[in-house]
Amino acid sequence: MLANEIFEQLKAEFGEAVIEYNDKQPADSYVVVSANGLFEICHRLRDKDDFLFDYLMSLSGMDLGENVGVVYHLYSMKHKHKLVLKVAVPKSDPKVPTVETIWRTADWHEREAFDLIGVHFEGHHNLIRILCPYDWEGHPLCKDYETPEFYHGMKVSY
Amino acid sequence: MGLLNKLDDPYEGGGIVLGKIEDLLNWGRSKSDWYLHFGLACCAIEFMAMNASHFDFMRFGTIPRASPRQADFIMVTGTVTFKMADRIKILYEQMSEPKYVISVGSCSNCGGPYWEHGYHVLKGVDRIIPVDVYIPGCPPRPEAFQEGMMLLQEKISHQAIFNKRKKLEAELEK
Repeated sequence: MLANEIFEQLKAEFGEAVIEYNDKQPADSYVVVSANGLFEICHRLRDKDDFLFDYLMSLSGMDLGENVGVVYHLYSMKHKHKLVLKVAVPKSDPKVPTVETIWRTADWHEREAFDLIGVHFEGHHNLIRILCPYDWEGHPLCKDYETPEFYHGMKVSY
Repeated sequence: MGLLNKLDDPYEGGGIVLGKIEDLLNWGRSKSDWYLHFGLACCAIEFMAMNASHFDFMRFGTIPRASPRQADFIMVTGTVTFKMADRIKILYEQMSEPKYVISVGSCSNCGGPYWEHGYHVLKGVDRIIPVDVYIPGCPPRPEAFQEGMMLLQEKISHQAIFNKRKKLEAELEK
C-alpha cells in the first residue's frame, strides 16, 4: 500500500490527529501526526490487516529549532510497504507518548532520543540515559547545546 | 669466529657471567610483560591481528590478563570517552607497581578525529594516567605495535631498581 493511501485511511479514521501528508521529493514521503493521537495511530498501523507494520526500522529524535521531533520508520514484513511517521512537540514541553509497548525495539531507541535530544517519552518504563554517563548534563545533539568545560575534573576541550 | 662456534662455547670455557643483578632483573622484567588489554575501538581490532599468528604478540613474552592486579602494563587501544575514562583511572590504580601504559592510536594519544567537536571524548589518555609509550596511527599497523612493544622493553631494561634516588640525582645534575 502506498503512503498516500495509508494517509487517506488514517485521516478518515483519526481526523484531526493526522495533520499532514508530504511527498516532496527527494525525501521519502511522510505523514505528520499529533502527539496526542500517536499511540492509537501506531497501534492501528501495527494491527490492522491492511497495514501490518510489524517492524519499527528506526526511531530518531530531531532538533527542529523551536520544536523537537521524532521520526518513525515503519516496515511491514507481510505487505512489504514502508511508512515514515513524524511528530513534533514544543521544546518547552517535549512530551511524546511511548511506543515501546507496541514495538519492543523502541525501548532503547527512545532512550537514545531522550539522551541526545531530550524528548520525554511518557509511559516508558525505564527512561534513563543510554549513551552518555548517567550524571551527564544536557542533551548533546541539541543545536543550542554547549559543551561543558570539565567533566569529573577532566578538561573537555582540546 | 663464526656464530656456531660461539654457541658451542659461549663463555669461553668458564661457567661464570659477570654482570649486575639489576641488569638481570630488568632483563627478566622486560621480557615477560603481562598486560591488561583495554580495547575501546578499531585499534583493538588491529590488536587482534597483532595477537594472531602472523605477528604473534606473545613472542615478546606478553600474556593478556583479565585482571589489573596481575598486569605489568595496560594497553589503551582506542577512543577514550569520558564514560570510560573513569574506569581506566580505577583500573590503572588497581595495578601493582611497577606499572606502565601504552597508548595506542590517535584517539588515545590526543583525541584523534574527535579533537575539536567531540564533547564525549577525552583528548588523550595522558590527561588521566601517565603514558610510557605512544603508538601513532589510525589505527596503527601491527608493525607499529611491535615497535611500541620494543620501546617499552627498552625503557624497562634501563630502569633503576636499586639506588634510584642516587641515580636520579646524578641525572639531574647533568
